Amino acid sequence: MEVLALLFDGFIVALEPLNFILIVVGVTVGLFIGAMPGLGSVNGVAILLPMTFLVPPTSAVIFLGAIYYGAMYGGAISSIMLGIPGASTAVATTFDGRPMARSGLADQALIAAATASFVGGTISVILFTMFAPPLAEVALRFGAPEEFALMLLAFATFIGLSGDDIPKTFFSILIGLVLSAVGLDIVSGEPRLIFFDIPGFFHGVNFLVLAIGIYGIGEILWTLETNKGEVEVSTLELTLKKFISGFFRLKNAISTMLMGSFLGFFVGILPAAGATPGSLMAYGVAKTMDKNPESFGKGNVKGVAAPEAANNSASTGSMLPMLTLGIPGSPTTAILLGGMVIWGLEPGPRLFTDQTEFVWGLIASLYAANLLALVINLAFIPVFIWVLRVPFTILAPVIFILCIVGGYAPTQDMHDVWLMLLFGVVGYLMRKLDYPMAPAVLAIVLGPLAETSLRQSLIIGKGSPQIFIDRPIAAAIMACAIILFILPLVKLISAKRKKSSSN
Amino acid sequence: MRRAELVMAVIMAIVSISLMWKSAELPIGWIPREGPGGGAFPFWLSAGMLVCCIWIIVRWFRGYFDSYGDTLYMDKETVRVFLTGAVSLTVTIGAIYLVGVYGAIPMLLIFYMKFIGRHTWPLTIALAVAFPVVTFFFFEIALTITLPKGLTEPLFYPLYDIFL
Amino acid sequence: MKTIRKMLLTSASLLALAFFSVASVQVAMAEFDPKKPVDFVIMAGKGGGADKMARLMQSIIEKHGLASKPFVPINKPGGSGAEALVHMNNTSGAAKDHTVMVTLNSFYTTPLRQPNLGIDISTFTPVGRMAEDTFLLWVNVDSGIMNVDDFVAAAKAAGDSWIMAGTGKGQEDQLLTDFLNRTYGLNMTYVPYKGGGRVAKELAGNNANSTVNNPSEQLGFYEAGNTRALAAFTGNRLELFPNAPTFGELGNEFIYYMQRSVVGPPGMSAEAAAYYQELFSKVFQTEEWQEYKKSKSLYGDFLTGQALMDYWMNERTIHEAMLKQIGEI
Repeated sequence: MEVLALLFDGFIVALEPLNFILIVVGVTVGLFIGAMPGLGSVNGVAILLPMTFLVPPTSAVIFLGAIYYGAMYGGAISSIMLGIPGASTAVATTFDGRPMARSGLADQALIAAATASFVGGTISVILFTMFAPPLAEVALRFGAPEEFALMLLAFATFIGLSGDDIPKTFFSILIGLVLSAVGLDIVSGEPRLIFFDIPGFFHGVNFLVLAIGIYGIGEILWTLETNKGEVEVSTLELTLKKFISGFFRLKNAISTMLMGSFLGFFVGILPAAGATPGSLMAYGVAKTMDKNPESFGKGNVKGVAAPEAANNSASTGSMLPMLTLGIPGSPTTAILLGGMVIWGLEPGPRLFTDQTEFVWGLIASLYAANLLALVINLAFIPVFIWVLRVPFTILAPVIFILCIVGGYAPTQDMHDVWLMLLFGVVGYLMRKLDYPMAPAVLAIVLGPLAETSLRQSLIIGKGSPQIFIDRPIAAAIMACAIILFILPLVKLISAKRKKSSSN
Repeated sequence: MRRAELVMAVIMAIVSISLMWKSAELPIGWIPREGPGGGAFPFWLSAGMLVCCIWIIVRWFRGYFDSYGDTLYMDKETVRVFLTGAVSLTVTIGAIYLVGVYGAIPMLLIFYMKFIGRHTWPLTIALAVAFPVVTFFFFEIALTITLPKGLTEPLFYPLYDIFL
Repeated sequence: MKTIRKMLLTSASLLALAFFSVASVQVAMAEFDPKKPVDFVIMAGKGGGADKMARLMQSIIEKHGLASKPFVPINKPGGSGAEALVHMNNTSGAAKDHTVMVTLNSFYTTPLRQPNLGIDISTFTPVGRMAEDTFLLWVNVDSGIMNVDDFVAAAKAAGDSWIMAGTGKGQEDQLLTDFLNRTYGLNMTYVPYKGGGRVAKELAGNNANSTVNNPSEQLGFYEAGNTRALAAFTGNRLELFPNAPTFGELGNEFIYYMQRSVVGPPGMSAEAAAYYQELFSKVFQTEEWQEYKKSKSLYGDFLTGQALMDYWMNERTIHEAMLKQIGEI
């Protein structure tokens, strides 16, 4: 029970007037930064870092944590309202969030996203409080072979996401993986796929460039075509009654949220994985386990709840390797780590014992930030809904501009803006021929992790794949992945048999 | 529509081959005691892309896409709308090098709002002025992300002196 | 002839002095002051050692109000720093005076390994060497290895099953691994990981047998008693690790440092160069920087101007020889 006492002390720290105000401001700022396509928690956290010199370190890290949480919530907003995932963690949210918004259920989707995020955040903070030290040990043991097994598991959950056309789906996955190989080959230290010796390819193809290109520019071109440039005004109205009934309709999704929260947390605590694979896997599992998997991708509320619960849960989880091992699980935690170093706090195994006030203040404030993010997010929903009522001839150029600026901001390189335009146009032309685009976007996120960990494992195993069987954790995850690969196949075959026997 | 399927598959097959060729700059084979070489991953995946394209082309010749009949991939109206979108974006991005983001934003807004949306001039001008101003304060002042300004850069020096 | 020139110079400088003291406004005009935010390019990814240091410098500048415009960090890790170097080389116009970069040893190695980039580091503008990071040989305490002799015995017995984790191929860690392999007749397998923090974790989690981390990367695990420093690749023993002898003491001297320097693009104006040199020497002297240097066991005095350029040229020659030896170039 010592943990509870520590957490209680933490709450007292988090609720000091200055800290509380910082949480409110941080969440609000984070929400808006996260809602901008191209800007995510990384930007918010990185840029506000120097500003935090005005306040003591504990307050500073609380402020940054609040921005982080706010941005995580905000990422779902652009996914749902604009169909552009603001960060890789919010890709899976677009799959069902965007269709819901298109069919006039944007409010439902936003409520589901906010609630699921809250559930995910709550569960992860509880798990964090109870199991931090032993989980740190697990994270420490996780080496390259385990990481590769995990990536395989993430890919296995894709199978459930595939479209109807098999060669086109495979093509999409493969092109995503090839694009992810552009840049530097870490293992040999050689640059590769530097097309026409353009230096912009050295940093690789950023996930955001592909996502904003396909979902931002491609989506607008698509919409322009379907309504022939006519002015289209959505008449969605939000009343209090609808708002409340929106909550009640989430009843069915409770188990999905719980599943997403647990899954997200455990994937999140693994170094290098972060929140993106967690949210994708949660989506895949929710779809595979559902009685009605066909409804996914067409606006199933569970398809919003699962990844949102998972990504928030995972982002708390990814604090764990950062605090206990000094290993950032995501770029955002990497910056937070830098901040801690500047304040003279040494992340690592001793942080939990040497800096109890700091650690538990951070955890308690994560929780407070989570609660406030829910409240603030719900309060802003009418504002976000209003976006849908803006005439398309205004919305289209505004989104184009957001895409350009958002494509430029992460690397500050015009090269990426051109690449984004290319992806947008080609993606649109391919989409017209029913090439699914989501697998490519997912593949570009997971590709580098999968390739690097595979090759590191093989070097350690002297070129033999035996290493994946010899290591128990890796073997167990591998087994799960293989089952997940086979399961949809079995389902498909049995469904075919039923069909043929009934004929 | 049928022809478009074939054309796309052939183009993508060519893309796949050029990716394979580019990947082969690094070793694509299995290095003993080390595993696949630096080019192996992109090379064999590109080869997989090529297989998918060939699969689609084979299917095409076996009449898989015949159900499309003579439907058009893009009718004239669609081509017009698509080109408006794509060309206006290309021009905007190109214009950034000259007039910077803060010159290109109003251009695109005025083009869409006035000449496609037929909104009133007051609304168009108001947005064309307000949007860059908001962008400047949000990105350059609040987030200190410098956006490209092309030839207009010196005009911003006094603004930096005031706000930063 | 010489005396005439001297006289002319003296009178000119006197004249200038008089002029400036009368019209002090004009002095301010003649000196350089950034007109826009300064691009602070980081030659490595977010969260690494160079990134942390760059952000510390940025926050010191901010905290003490050392510059009138903000320094905006931009990470350009692509191609082991190739992207950052090309970016610096291609700056033009006002950007030449408003871009500085934080570099490490890939400043020498990347142009050597990729000559087609057309980078000549002798054209870059020296601003300041902020520190030299040190390297040590590390093992996990579970291994029971207490000193270099134990290490050599264990690694010899394990042959190529001995895993040495390090950062990218052809970079610092591999140069040191190669030295160990050569000097002690070992056959360690080198596994590259992304970033020194990750490498440190692999050792603490027993996924690797040894590493050659910087102190700042391994410090957390060291203090928690997970890892042990066996020996230092330095000239003298490090204050933080009094029990780790230098390789020189062990009879196989090998001194290797990682520079943490700030560099301007080729063709930066002399006024701007003087401004940044002054600025970073101020950063160097702040209490925060000195404290950081001490706590992370960093070496090195502030170097600037020609002295820094000489240092680079010397280091480049050394690295060229090392890379040739391991067959990377």
